[in-house]
Amino acid sequence: MMLPWLLGILVAGGLLAWAAGRIAPAWARWVAVAALGADLVLVAVIWIRHYQGLTLLGAPAWLLEWQVPWIPRFGITFHLAVDGLSLVLVALTAFLGLLSVIASWTEVKARVGFFHFNLLWVLAGIIGVFLAMDLFLFYFFWELMLVPMYFLIGLWGHEKRIAAAFKFFLFTQAGGLAMLLSILALHFVHGRATGVYTFEYAALIGAPLGAAAPWIMLGFLLAFLVKTPGVPLHTWLPDAHAQAPTAGSVILAGLLLKTGAYGLIRFVLPLSPEAVRAFAPFGMAIGVAGILYGAKLAFAQTDLKRMVAYTSVSHMGFVLLGIFALDGMALQGVVLQIVCHGISTGALFIVAGAVQERLKTRDLGLMGGFWNDAPRLGGATLLFALASLGLPGLGNFVAEFLILFGTFRVAPVFAVVASLGLIASTIYALSLFQRIFHGTKPGALRLQDIGAREVAVFAALALAIVWLGLYPQPVLNTSRTAVAGIGDAYRHSSPTPGQAKGAPVSRDDPGPHVRGEAR
Amino acid sequence: MATLLWLIPVLPLAGFAVLAILGRTMPRRLAAAIGAGSVGLSAALALILAVRFLGSPPPGDALTVNFWTWFEAGGLKPGLAFHLDALSLVFTLVVTFVGFFIHLYSTGFMAGDEGYSRFFAYMDLFVGSMLVLVLASNLLVLYLGWEGVGLCSYLLIGFWLKDPVNVRAAEKAFVVTRVGDTALAIGLFLIFSRLGTLDIQEVAAQAAAQWPVGSTLAIAAAALLLGGALGKSAQLPFQTWLPDAMAGPTPVSALIHAATMVTAGVYLIARMHAIFELAPPVRLAVAVIGAATLLVAGTSALAQVDIKRILAYSTISQIGYMFLALGAGAWSAAIFHFFTHAFFKALLFLGAGVIIIGLEEEHDIFKMGGLRKELPLVFWTFLAGAASLAAVPFVTAGFYSKEWILSAARASGPAGLWLWAAGLAGAFITVLYTFRMVFVVFGGPVANPVRRRPGAVMAVPLVVLGVFALLAGFLETPRVLGNLPFFSGLLRPILGGRGPEPAGPAQDAVLVIISVAVVVAGLVLAWLLYGRGPKHGQTTESGAGTSRARGFFFSGWGFDWAYDRLFVQPLAWLARINKNDVADLPFRGLAGAANGAHAALARTQTGRLRWYAASIAVGAAIVIAVAVLL
Repeated sequence: MMLPWLLGILVAGGLLAWAAGRIAPAWARWVAVAALGADLVLVAVIWIRHYQGLTLLGAPAWLLEWQVPWIPRFGITFHLAVDGLSLVLVALTAFLGLLSVIASWTEVKARVGFFHFNLLWVLAGIIGVFLAMDLFLFYFFWELMLVPMYFLIGLWGHEKRIAAAFKFFLFTQAGGLAMLLSILALHFVHGRATGVYTFEYAALIGAPLGAAAPWIMLGFLLAFLVKTPGVPLHTWLPDAHAQAPTAGSVILAGLLLKTGAYGLIRFVLPLSPEAVRAFAPFGMAIGVAGILYGAKLAFAQTDLKRMVAYTSVSHMGFVLLGIFALDGMALQGVVLQIVCHGISTGALFIVAGAVQERLKTRDLGLMGGFWNDAPRLGGATLLFALASLGLPGLGNFVAEFLILFGTFRVAPVFAVVASLGLIASTIYALSLFQRIFHGTKPGALRLQDIGAREVAVFAALALAIVWLGLYPQPVLNTSRTAVAGIGDAYRHSSPTPGQAKGAPVSRDDPGPHVRGEAR
Repeated sequence: MATLLWLIPVLPLAGFAVLAILGRTMPRRLAAAIGAGSVGLSAALALILAVRFLGSPPPGDALTVNFWTWFEAGGLKPGLAFHLDALSLVFTLVVTFVGFFIHLYSTGFMAGDEGYSRFFAYMDLFVGSMLVLVLASNLLVLYLGWEGVGLCSYLLIGFWLKDPVNVRAAEKAFVVTRVGDTALAIGLFLIFSRLGTLDIQEVAAQAAAQWPVGSTLAIAAAALLLGGALGKSAQLPFQTWLPDAMAGPTPVSALIHAATMVTAGVYLIARMHAIFELAPPVRLAVAVIGAATLLVAGTSALAQVDIKRILAYSTISQIGYMFLALGAGAWSAAIFHFFTHAFFKALLFLGAGVIIIGLEEEHDIFKMGGLRKELPLVFWTFLAGAASLAAVPFVTAGFYSKEWILSAARASGPAGLWLWAAGLAGAFITVLYTFRMVFVVFGGPVANPVRRRPGAVMAVPLVVLGVFALLAGFLETPRVLGNLPFFSGLLRPILGGRGPEPAGPAQDAVLVIISVAVVVAGLVLAWLLYGRGPKHGQTTESGAGTSRARGFFFSGWGFDWAYDRLFVQPLAWLARINKNDVADLPFRGLAGAANGAHAALARTQTGRLRWYAASIAVGAAIVIAVAVLL
């Protein structure tokens, strides 16, 4: 019963925050904090309770499951389940969600209740995406997170918010539609073959698809690559980020992009080994292109938020590379990269929000020399810029290196080219920090330093990123059974098409995607 | 002993943590006490550890402490662990001792600076990272320290962050070394993918077992490690960051050049020498790069007028000697030169720092002059350091370490003669630029009065380092000069013996005599050209016909110019032309097309009935026509 609570608290909290906002704005904020705090505690309880079981070999695939019929006529059920992968992501969602509410405490002044309603509902949609084990339900949550995000950008964004919100909506919607087609195709292909018309994950994913496999995969790919984002489908992202309010940017970068990566791992990789293996080199190429192209564009930007947005493209390139390397080590790196990128980029967006709130501009050309004004904010920016460039000791390093180590074993050329990203990230990350804090002030602007509330937010993020940099094992352990098996199955199975049929995800494989309890 | 071992790197790191979090609120004296004290304590512990280590060597001549497994995934299981053997012991001693005296000096040098506690925080992190680097038992942990020192060099070179020049120099240092670091990272990927481990001892054993001498994999691995070493140690073609790195406060330069950072590459190659022994072409490349670097940097030093730039080029050149030794297979000789160099180079930088603040930020040696009378203590100690740098025979440490390298180079096989000749030419150039600096700065009449004289905290390090700059060489002397093999004996379990040696004492003697002659010739020439102070030197240098060569050397052989055109400008151009992301064009085009179609169709909504009727009629006609014709 814990899983529906995770969602229910946020849904109810959202409605309550909306109502409370009519009495006083502060109430809406506190309601949101309470709801997210409760979720965070809940996740922590689940994690601690199941941590031992997670690390054992042969542990059940799902730690928790909850299922009620929804639309039985079409074989749709309300089926939630959590494994190590989704647990990590749900924990990240609650953590970043809570911090983004606290970070935008003073930024949002209009329609505060409605703002927090949207915020909580986006987060509910995201958690739903991570938990849904029915493909129709998955699609439902996929759309649910879209609409409130549209409002967050469109209503509380900056000067060009309407256009940015539209662009975001259209891109994601187009991808979502392709995915819907694939889900329906999967439903009917499976139904025709077996006579059972269902949207159940365990039944559909990994079932033999025949010639339709590449096309079905393509629909999923389109949706997830738009979201992740993969070059050249990334262009909605800088606009959406630049215009979104701080909390919106944090959730976009830290969580929404991750639903794309999650979808790739959860749905695409186990879908059809032959099709995936055929696509893998292109997937890795998209990842490497993202790493370098994103970095190059990040360096060129003069808008602080656009700059951070493009660094996201670069970092998510590592995620794509690691996913399509089809290697267990790389996939473990991917999960860690998802978490660390959420934290470090989330923090940089909070920095950008703090700067914009104080200076009323995001133009880097008007900044510089603020170190003496705001040493605390400067220190925080430096720390997360260093995380962003992959400094050892901070989480992103372990993540990126695991991805590169894993990729090198299977595709050394891609790994070597991707390593150039280490140089590129140094250039943009230093430039980001220096353009705000070094040199002389170009004008009379003064950057007021951060107060206790923001220090607390950055301290929480800093602790997290240092912990992940020095002892990331809990996260790696948690996700190991869920992801390492997928990649290793690919690595050990023969790549020849004749033998590959069903090899990685066969029915009696103890891997994560054959759920013993599937009825 | 284990407790001592882990405390040594942890103390400076703890000092950093305390200063980083609380530094801005604490009084300066406390910040200085924590900053210098933590390193001082480390140095004391390192000394105790060294005495015990030498007195009763632990089993296997090595000591290991384990903290925890950093992470474990996909067969990679790097332990956060420290491994102490004779090689890391030498580095630990030098890093903590020289580091401590630089810290002590800094408490005086930085007095009055607004970023006092920030400075000591960074310096502590620098020493701590370097200790992690040299004590790491695993290549990934070594990489942790490796990147840590890179970061600290960035933070400290750009310490005075209001000046864009400093910030650019800092950025340059970080980015250029990071290029090398990336090669090192790829080397780690390669080693792990083939040998399945990154533990240094296991890598050495596995590589020797699995890779035959001269195999492609061994060559690739060694070349990639070399790439990392070249970047950190500012060797060709990565040397350009170091001369600019003097933008930082002078104690920082002392730390970068003597104890930390640039020596990391030397350490890496010595530490991984098992792999280099499997890759003879790469070893030759190391020697050739070292020889080329020492000549390029030496000639560049000859043309500089900024005292810190002269010293910076001299560091590049001296590390070139260390690479020459590594390439020649005289691993211990490289470490010995690192050892002596640390003392005299730290000393020279600290002396230069006193001069610079004494003359109110004057860097130009030709505006100094006559400082022998104004700053006698600095003169005598600086002279000791300079003599050691110039390898003045018999009485200086630099002589013994350089002599070892030269004789090893000579005996190192078919290319030996050329390598030795390059080293000898470099030795001549070294004497020339060193004593050019000494004569111009200290000779002649007093040009500018000194405004600020060093206090005790700045004088003591000069004296101590001066003593070491002269005496540290007697730990290892050639066969014909006392034959003291203490240093090579210490390192023998790890690095083997003295490396290649000339056939017998007679050949040794010939080589020593030639070296002495070269140094004496250099001294005489320097005296003739610069002996009477700055005026004399300026007259010499304004002589006809040398200006074009001087310009070339002054610019460091034009590397910056070339890199600017090869890399910086094209990349900046690429960034500039595509700021608005060409990938968005199709989507913008789509939106434009939709808007255009909308506009076009909107124009048909005229509200005129006649038009509507006409278009209905035309449309109907077309439909009928299509239906009939098909």
